[in-house]
Amino acid sequence: MTYLRPNFRHPDLPKNALGYTRQYYEGRLSTLCAGCGHDSISGAIIQACFEMAIEPHRLAKLSGIGCSSKTPTYFLANSHGFNSVHGRMPSVATGANLANRDLIYLGVSGDGDTASIGMGQFVHAVRRNLNITYIVMNNGCYGLTKGQDSATADKGSVNKTGIANQFQTIDLAGLAMELGATFVGRSFSGDKEQLIPMIKAALVHEGFAFIDVLSPCVTFNNNTGSTKSYDYVRDHIEATAAVDYVPIKSEITTQYAEGTNKVIRMHDGSLVELHKLAPGWDPLDRGLAYSRLNESRAKGEILTGIIYMEPQSRDLHYMLDTDQRPLNTLKEADLCPGREVLEVINSENR
Amino acid sequence: MQQLSSINDLVIRFANVNGTGSASANNLFAKSIFRMGIPVTPKNIFPSNIQGLPTWYEVRVSDKGYLGRRSGIDIMVCVNPQSMKNDIESVRPGGYFMYDSSRPLENQYLRDDIHYIGVPMIRICQGLFPQPRQQQLLKNVVYVGALTALLDIEVDVVKNLISEEFRKKEKLIPLNFQALEAGIDYVHKHYEYPLGLRLERRDKIGNWIMIDGNSACALGAIYAGATVAAWYPITPSTSVVDAFTKYAKRLRTDPITGKKKYAIVQAEDELAAMGVVIGAMWNGARSFTATSGPGVSLMNEFIGLAYFAEIPAVLIDVQRGGPSTGMPTRTQQSDILLAAYASHGDTKHPLLFPATPKECFEMTAEAFDLAERMQTPVMVMTDLDLGMNDHLCPPFEWDDSKQFDRGKVLDAEDLEKVKEFGRYLDVDGDGIPYRTIPGTHPTKGSYFTRGSSKDEYARYTEEGEAYKRNMDRLLKKWETIKDLVPGPEHSGTGENKEGVIFFGTSAYAALEATDRLGAAGVEVDTLRLKAFPFNSAVQEFIEQHDRVYVVEQNRDAQMRSLLMIELGIDPKKLVSILNYDGFPITAGLIVNGILKFHPEVQALVANGQQASAGESTVNRKS
Repeated sequence: MTYLRPNFRHPDLPKNALGYTRQYYEGRLSTLCAGCGHDSISGAIIQACFEMAIEPHRLAKLSGIGCSSKTPTYFLANSHGFNSVHGRMPSVATGANLANRDLIYLGVSGDGDTASIGMGQFVHAVRRNLNITYIVMNNGCYGLTKGQDSATADKGSVNKTGIANQFQTIDLAGLAMELGATFVGRSFSGDKEQLIPMIKAALVHEGFAFIDVLSPCVTFNNNTGSTKSYDYVRDHIEATAAVDYVPIKSEITTQYAEGTNKVIRMHDGSLVELHKLAPGWDPLDRGLAYSRLNESRAKGEILTGIIYMEPQSRDLHYMLDTDQRPLNTLKEADLCPGREVLEVINSENR
Repeated sequence: MQQLSSINDLVIRFANVNGTGSASANNLFAKSIFRMGIPVTPKNIFPSNIQGLPTWYEVRVSDKGYLGRRSGIDIMVCVNPQSMKNDIESVRPGGYFMYDSSRPLENQYLRDDIHYIGVPMIRICQGLFPQPRQQQLLKNVVYVGALTALLDIEVDVVKNLISEEFRKKEKLIPLNFQALEAGIDYVHKHYEYPLGLRLERRDKIGNWIMIDGNSACALGAIYAGATVAAWYPITPSTSVVDAFTKYAKRLRTDPITGKKKYAIVQAEDELAAMGVVIGAMWNGARSFTATSGPGVSLMNEFIGLAYFAEIPAVLIDVQRGGPSTGMPTRTQQSDILLAAYASHGDTKHPLLFPATPKECFEMTAEAFDLAERMQTPVMVMTDLDLGMNDHLCPPFEWDDSKQFDRGKVLDAEDLEKVKEFGRYLDVDGDGIPYRTIPGTHPTKGSYFTRGSSKDEYARYTEEGEAYKRNMDRLLKKWETIKDLVPGPEHSGTGENKEGVIFFGTSAYAALEATDRLGAAGVEVDTLRLKAFPFNSAVQEFIEQHDRVYVVEQNRDAQMRSLLMIELGIDPKKLVSILNYDGFPITAGLIVNGILKFHPEVQALVANGQQASAGESTVNRKS
């Protein structure tokens, strides 16, 4: 959506711990269609980063190709961004992360980018437990090429041309569970209350934090018969719990009835609080979470919330046993063995 | 019958079964000659197989120091019945055929123009070693023993090598000595020794080393400070990353914390491998991948991104026989055009052409400096012959005062000073812009990297003029690159009418060929290409000669095409000499190719110089 946005901001706008206003976390004007779910997700990302007082330059945003992958231009203008090639953001993010373990990595992708052309890379990034927050803006169609069905379109869902999809759908959250993802969430672009704290929890998670966000395409997939329309999603949504993210050293202030509340301590000391927890739900139990996800799918529900998380997960750097210092800070003295060692190697080859 | 006779000038081929331990025995043989100070070139000719299929190992010994392949087999050591018929046929008249005489040789294998040397290898081992596995492995050492006696190799040299090899498995040393001595004894008792073809200690190696190109590339990456390696297994490049892993573990493990100052990712495919490299380089860590033709095909998409978004990358292409899966265990230089213009749209990429392991080391290290200086992918074009075979070369050198050239990178301090930062602004007029690394500065220097069109400030644009300005700047950068990459290497007086252009592993054979041609009265100047794009010296060389032969190891004369395209050369001026049967090129093939234009000398040489005869036929039975 293109419109004019004044640069003027009221001097008394709230500032975060770093002294930045929310505006500092915005990006350029969105060129997506008016009412696009993706713009709401961009807004949630901006809000989450603002509230968490993330230094924008300590975060790198990466994406593939498609409507969703355009969004990094529309948030966090003061972060480095990388709009890579279609379906290949996970590998670029892997390289970037290996180069500097100290930055926060935010990957944005779409259902075509992740579930079709980039399926291979997505699967392997999950396997490696790459330390990244990976958000799929899932609208069940290819928006930028005018509305073709994607692999996440539900079987039987009718697209704008009136044709029902005949193929099996790929449930990315279920797939991520199957692959051993250490953080799996699902949300809806229209539910900021849930999405913002979920993004916060994902950003502090060490490892692959996957969030599948249903994000209706107002232009090509918001019609009657589509299972990714605003109306359909609102009617079928079912939440596992409400999510609160509590930064380090903050007090938990809200109180809820015993048994419906769960507090999970993240490895950095911050807390994720889940309340109004659905009965029998334990987001720390992979088997349980997986079967509940399948059950609700069979019932035609769209289950949202933090579906599963492993708060003590260790990422790729741990597995590779890399130096605590970012590899991109190492200099000649750390890296080059020098002439004398070369002489030894020469003599070993005589 | 003709008796071959020469000192330190022979070609011996071993016919083995893959996976039977022959490689280390054959290596022992070649290394013994190296230790006697005699120039030697071993080559593995192996199948795409782990166990059971025929495999050959060919060793050329050359007193004159010629390190290319020579056709014509003087001695065939055959321990593989599967390939025996063809192996016997491939021996030169007057040559020798050594075989395992534990079982008698069938009549069909008998030729009356070669000498047969039967050594009952397996029977000897059955008498010495109780275990079948030991018999199998040590029969290889028995034939090394037999050859030690027949060729007059110094026994102490062989024994020292065995002792070094089994330093950590000392129990195996006496067993190997026993097998070696049994082979020597058998020859002493049954044959006249040494043969007319024999070896004699020289001092022609000096301080040179013997190493494979893939290890050298890996070491180059270590010395250049590469910290992230991403790859997908593929012959013949796998051993680049194997060697990088080995050297990194040894040289890059922090002695105090035990942590690794490197990261290696075995990716899900070559696409991802290249993506990792680009991500790491974008984020300021030196990174590379090693692959072969099929991998480069898959990496095309990312190579185009790196070109257009101007992200450094280093790719080592160990070329093998194409197209498609082609001949995965044979050598070729057939990725030249693929690499030079990889990816869709208007793209071109710097290529480096090492000819020796020393150059593999130096050029890989240099590739990182060039890639970062030029902010573009650089490909090191080696091949299976260079990568997987041991080659004699001068020792590696490193200047400890050398600093990595990280190119035009603005750090936090620089960003404070500059008036404005435009990622794709041509500040210096050389077409190379300045870049920043993520995480550098809280408020300055961030930008958006993308493969779509952008303006000088990295802002997305579809404006034709801005797109064109960017494309033209990339062309200006290409002009700058011409003087940054290594220039060609010349030989000859420069006064001759004919010139020869070659690159990579064709160098050995080409230089031997020019010696032979010179001896026959045909003088040529040579130019060895070390890089693409070509600088003015290449153009001048072609202009200065009436006819220029272009020697390369592919069917379609790819380098000739590249010279024509980039320098606008008249096609009539460039004569191709091509080798593409998967075996390393020989001097004989080049000599014959050039002599076609010198009919008066051709007749003369054909009579006098046996070694060049027959080498132009590319159909080999093995």
